[in-house]
Amino acid sequence: MADPENAKEATTLRYAFGNVLSFFILLLIGVLAFWIRLFSVIKYESVIHEFDPYFNYRVTQFLTKNGIYDFWNWFDDRTWYPLGRVIGGTVYPGLTLTAGTIWWILNSLNIPLSVETVCVFTAPIFSAFASWATYLLTKEVKGAGAGLTAAALLAMVPSYISRSVAGSYDNEAVAIFALIFTFYLYIKTLNTGSLFYATLNALAYFYMVCSWGGYTFIINLIPMHVLLCIVTGRYSSRLYIAYAPLVVLGTLLAALVPVVGFNAVMTSEHFASFLVFIIIHVVAFVYYIKGILSPKMFKVAVTLVVSVGLVVCCAVMAILIALVASSPTKGWSGRSLSLLDPTYASKYIPIIASVSEHQPPTWPSYFMDINVLAFLVPAGIIACFLPLSDASSFVVLYIVTSVYFSGVMVRLMLVLAPAACVMSGIALSESFSVFTRSIKFQLHGLSGSSQVDSGDASSSTVVAQNDAGKAEKTEDTAKERPSKKSKKKEKGIVDKPSLKAKIERRLLVLPFEASIFAILLLVLLGAFYVVHCVWAAAEAYSAPSIVLTSYSHDGGLHVFDDFREAYAWLSHNTEVDDKVASWWDYGYQTTAMANRTVIVDNNTWNNTHIATVGTAMSSPEKAAWEIFNSLDVKYVLVVFGGLVGYPSDDINKFLWMVRIGGGVFPHIKEPDYLRDGQYRIDSQATPTMLNCLMYKLSYYRFVETDGRGFDRVRQTEIGKKNFKLTHFEEVFTTHHWMVRIYKLKPPRNRIRGKTKKPRSQKTSSTTRTKRSAATKRNPWH
Amino acid sequence: MARSTSKDAQALFNSLRSAYSATPTSLKIIDLYVGFAVFTALIQVVYMAIVGSFPFNSFLSGVLSCVGTAVLAVCLRIQVNKENKEFKDLPPERAFADFVLCNLVLHLVIMNFLG
Repeated sequence: MADPENAKEATTLRYAFGNVLSFFILLLIGVLAFWIRLFSVIKYESVIHEFDPYFNYRVTQFLTKNGIYDFWNWFDDRTWYPLGRVIGGTVYPGLTLTAGTIWWILNSLNIPLSVETVCVFTAPIFSAFASWATYLLTKEVKGAGAGLTAAALLAMVPSYISRSVAGSYDNEAVAIFALIFTFYLYIKTLNTGSLFYATLNALAYFYMVCSWGGYTFIINLIPMHVLLCIVTGRYSSRLYIAYAPLVVLGTLLAALVPVVGFNAVMTSEHFASFLVFIIIHVVAFVYYIKGILSPKMFKVAVTLVVSVGLVVCCAVMAILIALVASSPTKGWSGRSLSLLDPTYASKYIPIIASVSEHQPPTWPSYFMDINVLAFLVPAGIIACFLPLSDASSFVVLYIVTSVYFSGVMVRLMLVLAPAACVMSGIALSESFSVFTRSIKFQLHGLSGSSQVDSGDASSSTVVAQNDAGKAEKTEDTAKERPSKKSKKKEKGIVDKPSLKAKIERRLLVLPFEASIFAILLLVLLGAFYVVHCVWAAAEAYSAPSIVLTSYSHDGGLHVFDDFREAYAWLSHNTEVDDKVASWWDYGYQTTAMANRTVIVDNNTWNNTHIATVGTAMSSPEKAAWEIFNSLDVKYVLVVFGGLVGYPSDDINKFLWMVRIGGGVFPHIKEPDYLRDGQYRIDSQATPTMLNCLMYKLSYYRFVETDGRGFDRVRQTEIGKKNFKLTHFEEVFTTHHWMVRIYKLKPPRNRIRGKTKKPRSQKTSSTTRTKRSAATKRNPWH
Repeated sequence: MARSTSKDAQALFNSLRSAYSATPTSLKIIDLYVGFAVFTALIQVVYMAIVGSFPFNSFLSGVLSCVGTAVLAVCLRIQVNKENKEFKDLPPERAFADFVLCNLVLHLVIMNFLG
């Protein structure tokens, strides 16, 4: 008959059209993800942002200049003076190797992009890849329509933009792509049971381990999901193929990365995977035995094995628990413990607690960072349960755990973003398909038995329609499939209403006007989301924080480029081997841009060293001079925002210096710097505060600016206005007084007055006796 | 009581034996290979207990290579087993090719980690 043949041709044509349309949509989504992150390049310049990216940039420069063997074995002596840092063994190499490879490929093709350009644009490129990976992941869970929606949502979600703008050259730029891609390959292996995808999964996991410390999330989430599947009775051999090779290969590959090394088998972060490895083998064996024995024999086997196995199991567990409990942190690292117990860091490791990214997020930040998705996620969770498959249970577990972790640390909102996009994509796609199905149905009039069923929540999938088992149904289902893929093609489809009457499962169909109105509202929702994302990307997350701008009252743009001014001064006016001391925030930028050796930097691996610098900043001048001199420091750098109102300056961070210093050197006590529990720098401040080095270096000659010494950040006049520095001299202050550099004064060659050496009694008695009162005078003046 | 359990154990053992002898030879070969790999791993662990665990990376790579090939062989057995409904349209050549590929990757990593 001509009719089915034409219909078949029409379906293949629609298939082809749907596929081409999907391809172009994906291309556009990738381009969108790339372009939306370029606001900072347009508004400022193509510069590396913040602090950590400068370290990654410096490492990439070293890699491109010296090659991979030198990079792998690099010992950096220009930081953490005099300890140095083993870069090869303490850095996650994924990001730098990726950017280095891209630079090398481009240069060998004779496209001479500089290393800085490659570094700046790595993050937007990989966010395009990440949105394609989200499409693949969601397609495995629910279908291509949900995939496209989720990819579009991820391309724009502000929380991901905040860590991957052009210039934010940090680990998360490639790690989020690796995370989503690993999850996609895991789900693909779970759905197909193919060992090929299991191998790819392990390799993608290796890339994730190379890129970010957050890989422990994967190696704990996947065992949790496997356990969930086993417990809910969804064990299948595909689960074994998906999990067991991953554990073995993954552990080996993780141990290959020097940062992880033997931690891959010794720390508690990985124990969950080994435990579930053993459990899945036991379960697999049980299923196998069950398969080959008769039920009566199986019961006998169970009773025998349970009695013997329980004893052995208890013995092994007792040994394991004793081993784990013997270490004070139960085998977990400090950072992981602070995730599990949010109060841990503030009690024991103040450095982790002091980082602003490690604070818990506020409620508004959820709306700022994932916007509309925040209330689409519950709808997505419900849609995942209808029907529940292995893949959708995984995504539900992913979103639940990432919501918990995002509540502990604001930096981990980034891990929540892909999960939220997947869920919202599923929710939006399902609701779209319900509404369009209603419209399609209503357009062809009511036929057959009562199908209008607005209260029932059972929206069936295509598979349920096939259950009726009629051959003509395949055409109907084939028509339903492209209508889910290409949502634009609903109108004008030749339908067979008579077949719909035979469908056993009731489909949810809403009234016509309600569906049209609902679709319009959904489109409006998407529009609001897009507007918010573009605004967040342009205004909130594109600041490079090394260059600041403000608008003057006549509308002109004023640029504060003080940081780079200070680093340029350092690199031009000091010797190559001079050591610069500052608070650890500025360490990476100083080594990268000023090319000078620093005492402490953002890696914060040595708490005592940081506490030494903190103590020096909190001590009076002479004691601070002694400490800095013992570290061979020549220059001290402080950041001061009082003249222009820059709030993230060192005086605002000073209490953390006191706390960290006081944690190691008990003579620094925090209450000494507070008046009645309040932190002040005005005339009511304590004398310890007014005499400490940080106060003096920040406010030296500050009164000359406006006569009163009014600090714009603290909104008061300073306490001590006119004072001289005895052990330091000011060598440079930037244009807006934001960075101030001081030099340690060398000790005088000739000390006037009695020296304190008891052995030289003769010489001291022959020195001027009238110096008895003058011994109290300062030997440096 | 003890007699009934021992009789049960005997009956269980016999029924296991008879059920297992019904499996095809190719699967029995794979099972033999798995047993050999696990046995090698156990020997390595015993050797480590006697001699000490330095260098640790060599020990880890040795044990994990044995465990890895055992796991991959079990995966191959699952995919090649004719009684497994989920894999009935997977040609055994494809399963074997995947097995070889995964083993290649595993042993490349082992060679790198052996030190």
